[in-house]
Amino acid sequence: MTGSLLATLARAWRNPSGRAGILMLAALALAALLAPALLPDPAAMNLELGPVAPSADHVFGTDRLGRDLLSRVAHGARVSLSVAGLAVTLSLSLGVSIGVVAGLAGGWVDTLLMRFVDALLAIPRLFILLLLLAVWDQVPLSALILIIGLTGWFVTARLVRGEVLRLRAEGFVEAATALGAGPLRTIFRHLVPNTLGVILVAATLGVGEVILLEAGVSFLGVGVRPPTPSWGGMVFDARSFNTSAPWMVFFPGAAIVITVLAMNLVSDALRAAFDPRSA
Amino acid sequence: MLAWLARRLALATVTYAVVTVVLFFLMRATPGDPLQRLDDDRPMPPAERERLEAIFGLDQPPLVQFQRFLGGLVQGDLGTSIEFYPLKVRDVVASRVVPSLLLGTAVLLVNFTLGVWLGVFQARRRGKAVDRWLTRIALTGYAMPSFWLGLMLVALVAVEWRLLPAGGFTSPLLRADASFAERGLDVLRHLILPTLTLSVVTIAVTTRYQRTALIEVLRRDYVQAARARGLREARVVWRHAWRNALFPVLTLFGLWLPILVTGSVFVEEVFAWPGLGGLAATAIGSRDYPVLMATALLASGAVLLGGVLTDLAYVWLDPRTQSA
Repeated sequence: MTGSLLATLARAWRNPSGRAGILMLAALALAALLAPALLPDPAAMNLELGPVAPSADHVFGTDRLGRDLLSRVAHGARVSLSVAGLAVTLSLSLGVSIGVVAGLAGGWVDTLLMRFVDALLAIPRLFILLLLLAVWDQVPLSALILIIGLTGWFVTARLVRGEVLRLRAEGFVEAATALGAGPLRTIFRHLVPNTLGVILVAATLGVGEVILLEAGVSFLGVGVRPPTPSWGGMVFDARSFNTSAPWMVFFPGAAIVITVLAMNLVSDALRAAFDPRSA
Repeated sequence: MLAWLARRLALATVTYAVVTVVLFFLMRATPGDPLQRLDDDRPMPPAERERLEAIFGLDQPPLVQFQRFLGGLVQGDLGTSIEFYPLKVRDVVASRVVPSLLLGTAVLLVNFTLGVWLGVFQARRRGKAVDRWLTRIALTGYAMPSFWLGLMLVALVAVEWRLLPAGGFTSPLLRADASFAERGLDVLRHLILPTLTLSVVTIAVTTRYQRTALIEVLRRDYVQAARARGLREARVVWRHAWRNALFPVLTLFGLWLPILVTGSVFVEEVFAWPGLGGLAATAIGSRDYPVLMATALLASGAVLLGGVLTDLAYVWLDPRTQSA
């Protein structure tokens, strides 16, 4: 499986859009890593300076408090990417666990879980988030990650359950059991690796979705709050300066577009690499 | 067919019941209470707090609150708005329906004309540079936060170029004796930017569905046969192939129904469009739980109804799927 996984990744890399996405992500990760070393303090204010347009001194300009926008956008990458990464990891773990349980258990456990998932899928995720976030005046970052992560497993659970049912129908579980594998070994050595395609595609799509959601709730004022730099929060902050200092809105938003686009490109390339027929 | 529909509707009803329970307890399970925000500036006297709690039923245990909520729900009574007190939630919501429908219809029109046309255009040129670049452009639009695109369009088109209004539903400067046509034109001008924003961020889905479906159909033998008979390519594509490739796109309607009902929270907020999505954004800002709850219930209902309609379209157009 690991061999074919590498081969799949190589196929995704040979796809020009996939490669563009991977390179964009690498550049973003690099910016996020190097930001503290190379760029000025994102919280350093210069009230006399105020908002100035992009120039040689401040490549992305400064915000209303005279803070360097390039530095804030780069530091925002750390916040946005780590929120998305952690939340999606949580969602995937939950989704895979619940999907495997439902698919293996079958019967009323499966029916009950899937009815519940149906109901959760019917509520637009944004509304679940808004209801959960509205009670906080200032939601702690850890709680935000937890809330986003806990609301993102429904689709994955459904997909993984479907894959498990397919593998079961192919006699996969029986074969593993016949070879003497216990239930845990069957799950972790045989089932999960074979659903890896579904999981990877869901992960890349999920990160893009979560970045948009985090930006969205921050824009509505219930997500990441100042002074923590997040892209959505920066747009929220800049909103009333939209016409007088449009660069304050433009750059954090452009960072979101690039990240989400890169994730979707990689996701498409992975899907095509896993299933060459669908391309 | 009828038995199938009855079963499908029963299933959706059960799901909606679970949705209602989940939404209620989502709202109640979290720390803090809806009146907390009123304490922000200066603490409320206890007597006043008790009076307000009684009005919104917050003095009751959760199960009693749930019972009351359900009782109101079946009678179409969703309680009283906190932000627009003493207006009923029902009336606040009702006043927002028409603008939402208007925006949703406009977006659907763009999606099903321009989106479908682009999908067909790309399918006919699949693999060529123009196809790849159109896909990339559409994906870029799909990656944009709608509020960001909206703000950028306001800064550029409304403020810099002064071409269109920056927001709202009608112009406050419109003369009181303006004719019906003038009023219509005014609303139309306000509609353009929100529609453009929502279309840019959604059109990738329509074009992708249409492109994939048409490529599939163009491979079939009967299309080759039509070509072999010497028909012009445009006729082969539109008259022979496209009809059979329209079906997956029609089922997308189920996916778009929520946009039609609740509009877009972000776009309506940015453009001050007085629809249901904008209402949800206002409700979150003022922590107006009853209103937020109502919009969430409406949005979920639209999702479920969209699912039923999609399945219905499948069964209607291809009766073999009924068994599934």
